[in-house]
Amino acid sequence: MNRLKLATVWLGGCSGCHMSLLDLDEWLIDLAAHVELVYSPIADQKTFPEGVDLTLVEGAIANDEHLELIQDVRERSRMVVALGDCAVTGNVTALRNPLGEARSILQQVYIEHGDPRGVLPSTPGIVPILLDQVIPIHMIIPVDLFLAGCPPSGPRIRAVLEALLAGTPPELAGGFG
Amino acid sequence: MAARTLTINGTLISARSNETVLEAAREAGISIPTLCHLDGLSEVGACRLCLVEIAGSPKLQPACHTTVTEGMEVQTDTPRLKAHRRAIVELLFAERNHICAVCVASGHCELQQLAVEVGMSHVRYEYLSPDCSVDISHARFGIDHNRCVLCTRCVRACDEVEGVHTWDIAGRGTNARLITDLNVPWGEATSCTSCGKCLLACPTGAIFSRGSTVAELERDASRIATIVAARNERW
Amino acid sequence: MMEFQDLQIMAEQERTRRKAIRIHCCTSSGCQASGALELFHQLQAAVEAAGQNERVDIIGVGCMGFCGQGPMVSVEADGVLFEHVRPEQAPEIIASLDGGPCNVKQGDHAHPFFARQMHIVRRNGGVIDPERIEEYIAVGGYQALYHVLHEMSPAEVIDAITRSGLRGRGGAGYPTGLKWATVAKSPGERKFVICNGDEGDPGAFMDRSILESDPHLILEGMSIAAYAVGADQGYLYVRGEYPLAIARLQKAIAQARKHDLLGSQIFDTSFNFRVDIRVGAGAFVCGEETALIASIEGRRGQPRPRPPYPAEHGLWGYPTLINNVETFGNIAPIITNGADWYAGIGTERSKGTKVFALTGKVRNTGLIEVPMGMTIREIVEELGGGTPDGTPVKGVQTGGPSGGCIPEALFDTPVDYESLAEVGSIMGSGGMVVMDATTNMVEIARFYMEFCMDESCGKCIPCRTGTVQMYRLLSKISAGQATAADLATLEQLCHLLRETSLCGLGQSAPNPVQSTLRYFREEYERLLRKRVTINLTSR
Ligand SMILES: Cc1cc2nc3c(=O)[nH]c(=O)nc-3n(C[C@H](O)[C@H](O)[C@H](O)COP(=O)(O)O)c2cc1C
Ligand code: SF4
Ligand code: SF4
Ligand code: SF4
Ligand code: SF4
Ligand code: FES
Ligand code: FES
Repeated sequence: MNRLKLATVWLGGCSGCHMSLLDLDEWLIDLAAHVELVYSPIADQKTFPEGVDLTLVEGAIANDEHLELIQDVRERSRMVVALGDCAVTGNVTALRNPLGEARSILQQVYIEHGDPRGVLPSTPGIVPILLDQVIPIHMIIPVDLFLAGCPPSGPRIRAVLEALLAGTPPELAGGFG
Repeated sequence: MAARTLTINGTLISARSNETVLEAAREAGISIPTLCHLDGLSEVGACRLCLVEIAGSPKLQPACHTTVTEGMEVQTDTPRLKAHRRAIVELLFAERNHICAVCVASGHCELQQLAVEVGMSHVRYEYLSPDCSVDISHARFGIDHNRCVLCTRCVRACDEVEGVHTWDIAGRGTNARLITDLNVPWGEATSCTSCGKCLLACPTGAIFSRGSTVAELERDASRIATIVAARNERW
Repeated sequence: MMEFQDLQIMAEQERTRRKAIRIHCCTSSGCQASGALELFHQLQAAVEAAGQNERVDIIGVGCMGFCGQGPMVSVEADGVLFEHVRPEQAPEIIASLDGGPCNVKQGDHAHPFFARQMHIVRRNGGVIDPERIEEYIAVGGYQALYHVLHEMSPAEVIDAITRSGLRGRGGAGYPTGLKWATVAKSPGERKFVICNGDEGDPGAFMDRSILESDPHLILEGMSIAAYAVGADQGYLYVRGEYPLAIARLQKAIAQARKHDLLGSQIFDTSFNFRVDIRVGAGAFVCGEETALIASIEGRRGQPRPRPPYPAEHGLWGYPTLINNVETFGNIAPIITNGADWYAGIGTERSKGTKVFALTGKVRNTGLIEVPMGMTIREIVEELGGGTPDGTPVKGVQTGGPSGGCIPEALFDTPVDYESLAEVGSIMGSGGMVVMDATTNMVEIARFYMEFCMDESCGKCIPCRTGTVQMYRLLSKISAGQATAADLATLEQLCHLLRETSLCGLGQSAPNPVQSTLRYFREEYERLLRKRVTINLTSR
């Protein structure tokens, strides 16, 4: 049988949305009969592959690495789902937004509330560069489906996946928080 | 009181002559989203969520502020109205910092509920992320301006029901902020009787009871001993 | 007690005490800003020095309209007009009365800027001393009020105003007679008349100029209105940024009271009318009638939903007539000259004249009063004299933040309420900004949106926060960082604000955007880019 190619992506989020997915326990085994997990924080794949059918994205866009990855995700996925409030609204990851631009936040965290004689971390190419504002993924790429919740419960994720596998429009009951 | 017959979404209904379209609709089991309206308070027609189409009127009219007339034909749920309502709720979410996941009101918030009702899957506008303050100077209550939607329900409840007028609004446009007395911290607002009516009126997590937020959960460890004692003594 | 004879006697006395030569020196705000007060004193000193006291009078007058050329001085009898007069040139001007050499720049009354105007509301501007009621009476002032109180019933007054075809000059063009009739027939123990002098449009100064130049004209118009609708109390709402207008109105009210032209039993009739000034803090939204009423009542200046309209439920819940300054300025002339005379001026549905503040990239700037129906081309090219440096004209903006931009191709549009609305703008209160080929239309739209955002009262959600989103989108487009999707969002927001905002501010805030999109869309599209970009800034 030709299994659908599924990817899950972890951007600026707490991994809670992935935990919620893992909460589906033995249903994941049923799922595996229908999909092939081609990219995920819980799989060992370094680059985002081509020809993905469905990608679930957890987390907001918070740094330059996210910005780059999300473009690849869009270009290489037939369908992109924003999974959880961070991906949909910025949510907890965006709590820093009112505090100002990235530089001033680093200053507050590492110097003012940290070590007054310390330095701002700077390791180009290793630690990604923070964006001034955390933004939801649909501000950068077109998103096909929004599944709110912090995190969305396992059963809600399951309902959406089942609908998508069956080719029917998913029921997105439930809201933010 | 004379009766009026009108149609709402094509259904013939009758209403008392002094009723608003909102009241008539609700009695007929037709729901119209509202936010600034609260039963018992005066109407300000500010949130624009209850706008309806009335045949013959070029402008949309707020159901909460429009009296029924004989033969009126009202539409409450057209695609145009739905689109406007969704946009208005989105604008509110983008205006301040609504992080439901860490909000005291999550699960019993009218704004959160409205988002579901109007089908707001996401917000198309730029989040303004303003720097808002939280005032916990009052002994029993707090106000988190991050969650305030400026509906003025607290202002009216305090003024019209408690008869005090501790609350008002200062500033203009998106910089408008609720203030207590002449812009002093709530705890120093001498007019406040601590009646809690604003808390009851607030649709969101803006006005909250002290002790209900995650960070300041107040414990009473002595209750454990009480419980154990109660068990042991079979109270 | 003032009688008709007393009016005539005062007028006669005033005329006989006039000296042979009257020199008018504009002392209104525009010319004061370029040193007119000093000039006024120097002119008086020069008359003194030349021993011409018996023959020459220096009169501080209201605005002559050519404010861009101020300070302005004119010599009444021979119609000589001096522009950009410097105080040290005063002796030269006095000497020139007797044929002395004079190098002061002279204006030309035959210039289309003056010749094509038609003065009804501004007829006393630059001609009388606004601080002396005697001068107003000498030109026939308060006779219309007398006529109305003694020879017309309120219904007849309303009928005359209705037949004249006068429409509100505050922006929307609502038929004035119809509004008066509604107030007159609304039941109420008391009624009020309010004159709206809030004038908040950026660049507009028509009402300020009228109030500064001819305050009694407005008081007389309000009195006639009060008689017609049955009011006994009036309020003049003027923004605090107009100190000279306020001072002159205070003076005018005191003088009118002294001569029993305001107060009890005016002209020996049972008509009582008192007028008080209320000074606004200068919020644009306080020009909106329900916000203005809230402000007079001492509450936060915010609009409320209409209906009920102020005509039925206004100040403190009583029926209230609220009209614009210029609207009131037309009343006495209509009574004096008759409704038919007025109805004979202008177009089919827009009667009379309109005062505009002509500004921007145009040679002759200032206040103009022209008959309705004059084309934009005539105003810009003939009165305005085209652009100063000959750069082609691109368009005009009328109606301020609630109005729109009209491209040069449509300059043959006549200025009347319907025609301007048809091309996507509004008459508004009378701002007219000329733009040349170098003007960036996206920036124009952004400027007005910023104004609306700053002036939104914050009561209703679409305007309060929609204007912020629109301003940000326009800034993004302007900076070349927006996509076609952003432009689509902007257009949806235009739609939202127009249809759902509570008051006219939010409802018309999209006008500058929509009109520039309608005529200059390519200027927006040129700035769009294909992909979303996020700046990795602040590093
Ligand atoms: C935001 C806003 C500002 C306004 N500002 C003014 C103003 O400055 N002066 C004015 O006469 N009318 C203004 N208006 C119009 C008034 O609400 C009202 O229609 C007008 O004063 C009626 O007078 P009229 O019938 O003589 O035009 C404004 C309306 C809005 C919505
Ligand atoms: S939505 Fe909630 S659970 Fe999911 S990543 Fe964000 S914070 Fe974690
Ligand atoms: S006030 Fe309501 S919408 Fe806002 S964060 Fe709290 S729960 Fe969410
Ligand atoms: S505090 Fe609550 S009730 Fe008061 S204006 Fe804000 S949201 Fe409305
Ligand atoms: S449209 Fe704007 S100015 Fe008018 S009531 Fe709404 S927020 Fe206030
Ligand atoms: S509920 Fe009617 S306008 Fe807010
Ligand atoms: S102010 Fe002097 S001419 Fe207008």
